[in-house]
Amino acid sequence: MVGREVRRPFLSEPRWVRMLLTTVALVFLASFLALPIAMVLAQALKKGFAFYLHALSEPDALSAIRLTLIVAGVTVPLNLLFGVAASWAITKFDFTGKKFLITLIDLPFSVSPVISGLIFVLLFGAQGRLGEWLGDHNIRIIFSVPGIILATVFVTFPFIARELIPLMQAQGNEEEYAAVTLGANGWQTFWKVTLPNIKWGLLYGVILCNARAMGEFGAVSVVSGHIRGLTNTIPLHVEILYNEYNFTAAFAVASILMLLAFVTLALKHWVEWRAAKDAASSEPGAETP
Amino acid sequence: MFVRDGSLSGEPSLPHLHEENLKFTLKRYSALPGFGITMGFTLFYLSLIVLIPLSTIFFSAFSLGWGHFWEVVISPRTLAALRLSFGTSLVSALINAFFGLIVAWVLVRYEFPGKKFVDAFVDFPFALPTAVAGIALTALYSQHGWVGKYLYALGIKSAYSPLGITIALIFIGLPFVVRTVEPVLQNLESEVEEAAASLGANRWQIFSKVILPTITPALLTGTAMAFSRALGEYGSVVFIAGNTPMKTEIAPLLIMVQLEQYEYASATAIAGIMLVVSFIMLLFLNILQAWGRQNESL
Repeated sequence: MVGREVRRPFLSEPRWVRMLLTTVALVFLASFLALPIAMVLAQALKKGFAFYLHALSEPDALSAIRLTLIVAGVTVPLNLLFGVAASWAITKFDFTGKKFLITLIDLPFSVSPVISGLIFVLLFGAQGRLGEWLGDHNIRIIFSVPGIILATVFVTFPFIARELIPLMQAQGNEEEYAAVTLGANGWQTFWKVTLPNIKWGLLYGVILCNARAMGEFGAVSVVSGHIRGLTNTIPLHVEILYNEYNFTAAFAVASILMLLAFVTLALKHWVEWRAAKDAASSEPGAETP
Repeated sequence: MFVRDGSLSGEPSLPHLHEENLKFTLKRYSALPGFGITMGFTLFYLSLIVLIPLSTIFFSAFSLGWGHFWEVVISPRTLAALRLSFGTSLVSALINAFFGLIVAWVLVRYEFPGKKFVDAFVDFPFALPTAVAGIALTALYSQHGWVGKYLYALGIKSAYSPLGITIALIFIGLPFVVRTVEPVLQNLESEVEEAAASLGANRWQIFSKVILPTITPALLTGTAMAFSRALGEYGSVVFIAGNTPMKTEIAPLLIMVQLEQYEYASATAIAGIMLVVSFIMLLFLNILQAWGRQNESL
């Protein structure tokens, strides 16, 4: 079956070319995707299942898991609120500078994670611009949880907004106009008309935002200070274990993050499938069961 | 950074942005409520989280004074780090352009068992936290790793070397080219190819003269995105890089090292350079995407 053609013969390549290209593509993907996955699993279970469970349940690992959940739990709702507000302002109204505003929202994606952490150190660190004032008032941001959250919010800033903006642009405003004409207020219009239309895009953005929030390493590494049991997220805990040559434990903890990646991919495809199904059933002339 | 439906980095294609009013308008009349509060919150949150923190890099870099800034930038260690970062990013982006095009081509045009699954897995590097990618690749390519032992036997040092850095950067940039080229290949009309074939062109001529020019903007966009991501990448690279100053120390790591030694001025100066490069790449990507849209609408 490999390399079977799906087009008319004169519009496809000879059989050996198809076989060759398919093989090259699959070998490339296998060596860069499948091998690392297999490596993480093999290393994580090297010392047996009991050791694996122990690595995941020791106090430092548990506190890293707890901190990661807290960080994602604060970051995702904040960026969700922003994503909805920004996409409403951008897609429901016309104003000058809209394109520029969209570029500014996307800005964090083009900044190196290390720089994303550095900017908060420059602002809030001991030698930073606000460092002295924060020190006088005994407020700790850098090397502490607020700094980790700030850096994570920065890094995941565009995820939800950039899913919603194109989606709401494509859907247009007719349904909202109709709702307002019929006497709905802004909140009712959003809740009953807009939200049902954008729910899959919203969920998609939330899934991606959450995955990055839980997995971010570089930016968090700069602001965290690596205090065990206090300011270590799961990725930082992996790094510490690895640098202590505790490889099996490092890979065991890394395997939870790999599981997160699998769940993210699965959810992402489920949402795409649901959104496609909804779009197909709302087409005029579609069968209604 | 996920890419979907060809709506890429900078800007999704928003059809009615083009009918822009020439005169300055804060907001045109709309029957819908909520402009004040949503726009107010958007600008407030954007300034607080992104604009003000980012601007501190430039303020701090300026307050260094030109002399000090220049001293940091032209120091041999900084130059070596920048050279290494640019070199490995460029090589990895080009390798991804080549293999990414083949992968996209095979996924769009050929059938094989498990194709849907393979297609879904292309996004894996986007979903996998970089630290995990870093330790997994190091374990694979170091001297006793599954792949490394064969490469080391051939005298190829595949970890703790520029080659190791390139391998990590290929991994994290892999989805960009595939995901930008795929939709364009899918939307390619077969009529054009039929016309070329009926005029006597062979397959290679059709590919190089009909298909390739159409997908060039997308291919360049994907390559530029992979390059730009690679330049700033940290997590997947630090483990496999070796991190020896002057030899295997990438620019983001050098920023980190300077910070750990409380050399804030040097860290800021290098970050300033990197940030300017990122903004230039962003501008370049916007131009590329405008070209791609123009190409598609022809």
